[in-house]
Order: sequence, then structure tokens, then C-alpha cells
Amino acid sequence: MDKKLGWKELPEGDILEAGTAKNFKTGDWRSSRPVYNPEKCIQCFICWINCPDSSIIVKDGKVVGIDYEHCKGCGICAKECPPKASAITMEAEKK
Amino acid sequence: MKTIKTGNEAMAEAMRQINPDVVAAYPITPATEIVMIFSQFVADGLVDTEYIAVESEHSAMSACIGASAAGARVMTSTSSQGLALMYEMLYIAAGLRLPIVIAEVNRALSSPINIHGDHSDTMGARDSGWIQLFSENSQEAYDNIIQAVKIAETAKLPVMVTTDGFIISHCTEVIEMVSDDEVKKFVGAYKPARFLLDIKNPYTLGAIDLQDYYFEHKRQEAEAMRNAGKIILDVAADFDKKFGRKYEFFEKYKLDDAEIAVVCMGSASGTTKVVVDELRSKGIKAGLLKLRVFRPFPYNEIIKELSSVNALAVLDRSDTFSAYSGPLFTEITSSLYTSLNSKLLTLNYIYGLGGRDISTEQIKSVFDDLAKISQTKKVENLINYIGVRE
Repeated sequence: MDKKLGWKELPEGDILEAGTAKNFKTGDWRSSRPVYNPEKCIQCFICWINCPDSSIIVKDGKVVGIDYEHCKGCGICAKECPPKASAITMEAEKK
Repeated sequence: MKTIKTGNEAMAEAMRQINPDVVAAYPITPATEIVMIFSQFVADGLVDTEYIAVESEHSAMSACIGASAAGARVMTSTSSQGLALMYEMLYIAAGLRLPIVIAEVNRALSSPINIHGDHSDTMGARDSGWIQLFSENSQEAYDNIIQAVKIAETAKLPVMVTTDGFIISHCTEVIEMVSDDEVKKFVGAYKPARFLLDIKNPYTLGAIDLQDYYFEHKRQEAEAMRNAGKIILDVAADFDKKFGRKYEFFEKYKLDDAEIAVVCMGSASGTTKVVVDELRSKGIKAGLLKLRVFRPFPYNEIIKELSSVNALAVLDRSDTFSAYSGPLFTEITSSLYTSLNSKLLTLNYIYGLGGRDISTEQIKSVFDDLAKISQTKKVENLINYIGVRE
């Protein structure tokens, strides 16, 4: 949705279609990024449960990476990743 | 059907006949009776309303907003501090364009603590985006509530219908009630275009708007209020056609050829009518403009009606503490000024705060002042307080 709607075309009463958060990219808020190391991952899904932005990508029942378009870099995944695995580490976001 | 009802009973009966889907309320004096009577209707199975007992008025309005967004026809009732506790949610109801109806009994705001009637609570909510209808007596309160449901749902704006605390809310009057069936037919079934419980068409209501869309939504709301005027008149015309009682933005009482006139709202207009009759019998051309619709404010229509008047008194049952005037006065005078009828001599009287009575003698003294001003063409005191001890 590139063209912003004027007041005459806008749905009344602040109404949006469902599921619009998917199209609203919030990744540019990030100052540090989680880096996923698939070799260390034990597929415990603790990061997936804890991610507040649903940014852990799961494919065919396996964690495969991070959705950087929506990840805000909160670091919860890295913090919650079991210490023995340490499959996710935080790095400073490059400008 | 002619029957005897207090203002509160009249509003509760109207609510019973409308049979809303949800009523969420936290009773407060002098509006307590409305939900007390209504909850008895619920208990007796006379309505199939879901009655939600909440722990504050803030929650009452929140529950109303949730229920209304979910697709229900929703009503509540409140007064004074209760309405004040709803203020935050009033803006949300209006901003989300939810057609909620409040039976609001006017009462003073603290401090000092007072439970009696004046308009300060409703006036505090005047910029919240709610349509405001004022009632002179039980009959009008009853009729306004029935019309309010249709107005709200057509305009997609919430409506509050007011009566003066105790003066109307607790005084019995003979009123003409419409049959249950006729009310049911008049308000019809509520079919919202979109509602949250419609699981086949999921949507987001009330998302964050920020700089890029908030302004456009508020512009829509302003337009909705502008359009509400015609809707109010259409519903009133329909009401008149079906039940034979005429309503407009205001009632003109012997105003057409009046040289001196009073503008006021609520129960004081009944008292003013008595004085106008008395003055007319003496050949004095006095008149009254009783305002029914305060929001949207009928600027253009009011100006037209005042074209023959030489001197005008605006009676306010609340003060703004702006170091200037009451709220009704600023609305009236700004309409006159922008219409270039700024030559009409106008002055303000603040009266009846905290439920203090206004007598026919006091209103007569207002007309005396007007007669004098009309002759001298000079307003000495712009802002006056009647009935306050010096």
C-alpha cells in the first residue's frame, strides 16, 4: 500500500483487514541482530515459543532461520536458547 | 398510552421497549434508578439483554465499546462523576464510530461534593464526539432515547440523552408512551456492516494510527458529526409521522416575532415558557429558543431564528471557568459573530449550579434586563450569575 488514502476513501472507525502485521515491516527498528547457527541447534523450539514477533522461521517442523523483516532484535531468543546449545548469538546491527 | 412516570422511569421504560443486546452499567445518583429498574426488567425476563455489572463507569463504557464492536446494540446510563470517569472511553467510542446510547442524568461535578442537577458533566463531554440531546421533561427524555438508537446507528456515532438530575429524573409527570411493538418497529433490528464476532470476515478495529492516518480519521469523525444534523432531523420527522410528536434541533416558543428572547436547555425551558406567556399577556414580545441538540451544534439554524430579536440572554447551567462565560454562550455568540449578526445584543446568565432552583421571578428579571438593553442598546454586564448570593 504505497499510496496513502485520503479521509474520504479511508474505512470509517480505524478498521483494518486482519493479518496486516505481516505486511508491516518492523525489522529496521533493530540495533542488534540474532544470528542463528543451524549446526548447534537442538530443535527445542524454545526460541520459537518465546519470540514476541513470531520471527523464528519454521519449515517442515524445523527451525531454519530468522525473519529479519520483523525481528526487532530484542534478544529474547538468544537469552532463552539453552546454554549447552547456544545456537543463537546477538551481534551489533551493521549500518 | 398515557401513564405517570419520573424521568428515570421513562428512560428505563424506553430501554425496555428497545430491548438492547447489552447494557453495562455502574449505577450512580441520580441515574441509579434507570439501571435499577432496567436490571429488574432483565431479572423478570421482560428483555433479553445481557446485563453486565461492572466495577466502575470506566469499565462500564469499556464493556459497552467491546460489546458494540462485537456487533451488539448497546446502552448504558450514568451521571456526573460517572460520566467523568467515562471521558477517556467516550472518545474511543466516538473514534471507533460505535453507536452506543447513554441515558445521562445531568448532575454537578465535584468539588465541593454535590449530587444535584446542573449541566457541567455533559458539558465536559461536549468535545468527545458524542451527539448530545437535551430533554425538557420526562416525555422528551423518553422520546429522545427512542430516537437516539436510530440516530446513533445511522450516523455511526454514539449519542447521549440527558435529563436534569432530580428536577426531571425524580419528578413524576404524565407521559404518553408508545406501545412496545411500535417502538420495536421504529428502532428496527440492528445490522452492523462489520462486527468483530463475524468470524468469516475477520478485521482489526482500533489499530494504532500515528501521523499517517489519525488526522484523516478525525476528519471523517468531524464530517460524521456535520452529517448527523440531517440524520437527527430525518429520525425526528419519522418519529413525528408515526407518533405525532414533533422534534427539531430546538423548539421555538413564541419566537417568530419576539424582540427579546432567552436561549436555554433542559428543565429551565419549562419555567421560561411560563414567564414568556405572562409577558406576552402584557403585550411584551418575549420568546424562547429551547435547544434540544447541543452536539452537533446547529449554528446556521439558530442564527436564522434570531433575526428579529433585539436582545438575547443565554442561560447556562454550567460554567467553564475560562474567566469568560458559560459554554452555551460562547457557541451562540460565535455563531452570531461569524454570521455577521454581531449587532444582536447578547448576554450570559449562569444559573442553577448544583441543583439550585431557578424561579419564574428570576427569569422575569432576565427579561427585564433584556427590555432595558433593548432600549439603551448597551450591555453593561456581559456575564451574570443569577440566584447566587452576593
